[in-house]
Amino acid sequence: MLEFPLWKKIWLWGLTLAASLLALPSLFNVAGLDWPASLPNPQVNLGLDLAGGSHLLLEARADDVRAQRLQNMEENVRQLMRNATPRIRIGDVSTGDGRLSFMLENAADIDRARGMIEPAMQGASTTREWELAVVDGQRMVLTQTDAGVDQAIDDAMDSATEVVRRRIDELGTREPTIIRQGDTRIVVQVPGLEDPDALKSLLGQTAQLEFKLVDLNALPENVQAGIAPAGSEVFPYAAGSPQEGQFEAVRRLGGIRGDSLTGAQAGVDPTSNQNVVNITFDAQGGAKFAKLTTENVGKPFAIILDGQVLSAPNINEPIIGGRAQISGSFTAESANSLAIALRSGALPVPLAVVEERTVGPDLGADSIREGLLAMTIGSLAVIALMVASYGRFGVYATIALVCNVLMLLGIMALGNFTLTLPGIAGFVITIGAAVDANVLINERIREERLRGRKVIAAVETGYKEAGRAIYDANFTNFIAGIMLFAFGSGPVKGFAVVLVIGLFTSVFTGVTLTRLMVAGWLRKARPTDITI
Amino acid sequence: MKLLKLVPDNTNIKFLKLRVPFFVLSIVLIIGSWAAVAVNGLNFGVDFAGGQEVRMTFEERETAPIPSLRELVGGLGYGEPVVQEFGGPNAVSIRVRLPEDAEDTPGAATAIGDRVIAAIAAEYPDARTDGNDTVSGKVAGEFRNSAVLALLAAMAAVSFYIWIRFEWQFGVGAMFALVHDVSVTVGLFALTQMEFSLQIVAAILAIIGYSLNDTIVVYDRIRENLKKYRKMPLPELLDLSVNETLARTVMTSLTLFIALVPLLLFGPPSLFGMVAAITAGLFIGTYSSIYMAGPLLIWMGVTSNSFVPQESAMDRQEKIARGEV
Repeated sequence: MLEFPLWKKIWLWGLTLAASLLALPSLFNVAGLDWPASLPNPQVNLGLDLAGGSHLLLEARADDVRAQRLQNMEENVRQLMRNATPRIRIGDVSTGDGRLSFMLENAADIDRARGMIEPAMQGASTTREWELAVVDGQRMVLTQTDAGVDQAIDDAMDSATEVVRRRIDELGTREPTIIRQGDTRIVVQVPGLEDPDALKSLLGQTAQLEFKLVDLNALPENVQAGIAPAGSEVFPYAAGSPQEGQFEAVRRLGGIRGDSLTGAQAGVDPTSNQNVVNITFDAQGGAKFAKLTTENVGKPFAIILDGQVLSAPNINEPIIGGRAQISGSFTAESANSLAIALRSGALPVPLAVVEERTVGPDLGADSIREGLLAMTIGSLAVIALMVASYGRFGVYATIALVCNVLMLLGIMALGNFTLTLPGIAGFVITIGAAVDANVLINERIREERLRGRKVIAAVETGYKEAGRAIYDANFTNFIAGIMLFAFGSGPVKGFAVVLVIGLFTSVFTGVTLTRLMVAGWLRKARPTDITI
Repeated sequence: MKLLKLVPDNTNIKFLKLRVPFFVLSIVLIIGSWAAVAVNGLNFGVDFAGGQEVRMTFEERETAPIPSLRELVGGLGYGEPVVQEFGGPNAVSIRVRLPEDAEDTPGAATAIGDRVIAAIAAEYPDARTDGNDTVSGKVAGEFRNSAVLALLAAMAAVSFYIWIRFEWQFGVGAMFALVHDVSVTVGLFALTQMEFSLQIVAAILAIIGYSLNDTIVVYDRIRENLKKYRKMPLPELLDLSVNETLARTVMTSLTLFIALVPLLLFGPPSLFGMVAAITAGLFIGTYSSIYMAGPLLIWMGVTSNSFVPQESAMDRQEKIARGEV
């Protein structure tokens, strides 16, 4: 039990030294010293609550995806039927309850219609996305399957994550973390952000830009009451525009979406001196835009952003070059924010901020300083108590404690784990609890000596008998640590990480290392009595 | 060299003599804690209640102007705000509820926080914004569910482990001790109305891990003594075991305690609640390992026979060595 072959001694101390060395760069950093650039530089990550920054949890609603899909399908079907030769006439189109239903004016068209719609029902994947049913021989009903909706949500979230990443990259922040969480959520963490509001306003807009023709036949009083004529829909004017509080009726179909842009820049219109956003369509979008404007010269069209009308200018002349200008009561900031959002693409689905945590940059530095101070005082107090109670054995426990803290820090740096504010509490708990193993061992040695055992036998029994309780106690802590990890979000996870790694390092240093030290001393000094 | 001995050798305190009154006390404490929760309620932070929480420090003041802040923020039209000291006398947390439609309007919730901060900054230039949290009602509900689930799962898993390692009576004893520790800690938060947040649940989970350390040491010794003193009456044997391990119980609790006190006094203010919970849990856990985990074993009828089949050759040798056989 107390015999350690040389290779084992070298291996144990080597491991301790290596893990402790890994802690040095982080310690240099905390002390404000420069770590030589030529050496490897593993660092403990600082959580947002210590580094300052923003954490946002964004959520998409499945209903939005469902509705969006349904509308796309409706437009698709209308287009297909119109383009069929001869044209298939349909009517009584309705969307609701997750299904699209319409009547064929001529029941004989049913097979032709089916033949055209069925290919459109299948997406890129093998999942069956829609069910097609024919009712009374003349009505077709397209129902979204759950699997299809799930697939659509999954796709939407994937591309939403990409869009969010592009937008945040445009802000030029360092090391943002953007990960999908669960089915409908995205976690965004941006450390050390100067202006969290800019981030929020950027992610808050879906940036779905639409150009739709104003319905000139709509009765103004109906529009103000929110009632749209058939085939049209009513949108409010955006807050801050001169027409705020008013509504505009636009043709539901036949507009252009702003998702075929190749560029968007904020600028100032030289004639009106207003803030505007200049956009450039891609070839296909440009052609569509040219067609729309050519066919409707002299009529107004509404520029709609995320369901709100920015402005509804008249089309003075066909716009053929694929370039257009969006005006609409922008400030320089909001024009820039919209330009970024349009450049990085529209979100396929609106995202709501369901959780936000922002920590000021000063607080974290204070917390680290206060935490270090408390840790130092606590460690000194623990060391004093241990040495006073167990003498030489307390000194060994102290050495083990120092190794423990260094190893814990080193492993956290190596694994690139994140230290959070509760993690600091985890460090202190680890310091206070790590010596528990030594208390159990030393008390047992004391007890065995009182019973009259010889020194070597007492030490051996002490380590062996105490080992059982140490193992059981640490295992229950480990269970709690795993639960903590599973339960916690960010900061609490940081707490769990420190506690769990601390369990392993403290058993290693508190039991194995002290035994190594005690054994070395016993073999060299061969004491016949020990003070413990 | 004279070493410090906090517990003299051969201490013999008759702990278990008072097992009935203390057990009744423990039960009363558990019931009282839940009564306090029922009557006072827990002061849920934004994590569990949902809403908007702004934390600010008034850098040039001794104490934060809490009443005037309440009035100032109350005047913004988001209902009655909860303004309380947070971590230090010059630091506050301000909580307002989110309007009903905030869930559907992206950005509406966070805009409230910005308005609160702007209003305070205009009135008090020395106010430093330390944090700004928004949690929607839905997410807060998820946090509540997962907190309850994590606490129950941790208690069950730990008790199960004790059952596997010892005997079922010990597992039940551990379970009761845990219920006691968790209840009383939660009860303290209901009583003091300190903010109950995710951090506090984390603290309680840590307590579930650590409060059993003492219990395990005592149980381990009970098992050892059950094998050693086959004829000793159980209450006496428990007393012996508790006394033999008393020095360890005191020392392990003390080392953790003296490590935590500086953190409580000089540590980051926003950790205060969490560290306070762990510190309280430390005492509650030590108490319960003596008065909750022990007496239950008597009533559940643990006998030396519980461990007889497990007596190993090594134990046998040890007895021979001691001349006990």
